[in-house]
Amino acid sequence: MAEPKRVERPLSPFMIGPYYRPQMTSMSSIMIRITGLALVVAFALIAALLLGAAISKEAFDCVNWFATSWVGWLIWIGSAWAVWYHLLGGVRHFIFDAGKGLDIPTAEKMGWAMFIGATVLTVITIIVAVA
Amino acid sequence: MVQFTLPKNSKIRTGKTWPKPEGAKNLRKFQIYRWSSEDGQNPSVDTYFIDLDDCGPMVLDALIYIKNNIDPTLSFRRSCREGICGSCAMNIDGINTLACIYGLDEVKGDVRIYPLPHMPVVRDLIPDLTHFYAQHASIMPWLETATNTPAKEWRQSIEDRKKLDGLYECVMCASCSTSCPSYWWNSDKYLGPAALLHAYRWIIDSRDEATGQRLDELEDPFKLYRCHTIMNCAKTCPKGLNPAEAIAQIKKMMVERAA
Repeated sequence: MAEPKRVERPLSPFMIGPYYRPQMTSMSSIMIRITGLALVVAFALIAALLLGAAISKEAFDCVNWFATSWVGWLIWIGSAWAVWYHLLGGVRHFIFDAGKGLDIPTAEKMGWAMFIGATVLTVITIIVAVA
Repeated sequence: MVQFTLPKNSKIRTGKTWPKPEGAKNLRKFQIYRWSSEDGQNPSVDTYFIDLDDCGPMVLDALIYIKNNIDPTLSFRRSCREGICGSCAMNIDGINTLACIYGLDEVKGDVRIYPLPHMPVVRDLIPDLTHFYAQHASIMPWLETATNTPAKEWRQSIEDRKKLDGLYECVMCASCSTSCPSYWWNSDKYLGPAALLHAYRWIIDSRDEATGQRLDELEDPFKLYRCHTIMNCAKTCPKGLNPAEAIAQIKKMMVERAA
């Protein structure tokens, strides 16, 4: 008997957005990972500020100019949101790991609470920082 | 591995638009994934029109209408037409569900139908579930006992039986596992929501005597712990079950047993 010809099968489409509708469940979860990774930018900027301060006044002024420019402010504000969101996501994981809040309505409500909570806390952070 | 795009041989082309049924007044547009191993081409999305006045209310009715009246080559699995066999699971309007119990009126706009996500395609809407079934078999989906078989039957109290509610109803349609981003990217090693729900169903069965062995088998960074409680599984389950909760309970048992 001849060997059956091996068929190279395509992979069915899966991407979130065009093929899998974004869900509150998946979006609130992936945002925890995205905010965690995005915080690298803020850490790099903090490191650059420290490094500048350690080198010379000119070097610090240069980094500080960027850190207080509108791009810099965008990074600080975005990072504040990311920290809060990541923290609230961690709290939700604690609740999940305790075996609670695992029904869809509660999980989705907690997802909304993470987005709204992070935004409110960011506004408070800005007010406290500027004041 | 995390993956955001389809491999080259899986990229989707625009397919054929099939003629509208003659004399039909109440038309509905369908966009359906097609692939056959015979023509050596990439998958495509074909456009069909069905006559709603001549078709039943469910998505499966529409697929059968197309197969009977427009294109007999359209391939899909179906059997019971009442949500108990789990054969007609597919991606409809961006979520995984059973075509037989999903109403056409639940879909806004054109009806887009794809096979279950991130699976090898056998043909059209038929995914290859070999690996999925093998993972189910790996969790020993049967009663494991060491004591002698009782003369009549393995008895269970009403309370202990109640613990299996919400677990035994699973029809193994694979909607949950193929909705899980973690399963898309790690299905070679991660067991996925369906297999883990079944694992939990046997772990908490009062009659089963292999609980420790079952937990040992799952104590693995990939098999169990690739679940990040994303919960797409519970959100999409056509039977309204909650695999995410079952998995969380297994994780809890792991911690309790280690303490």
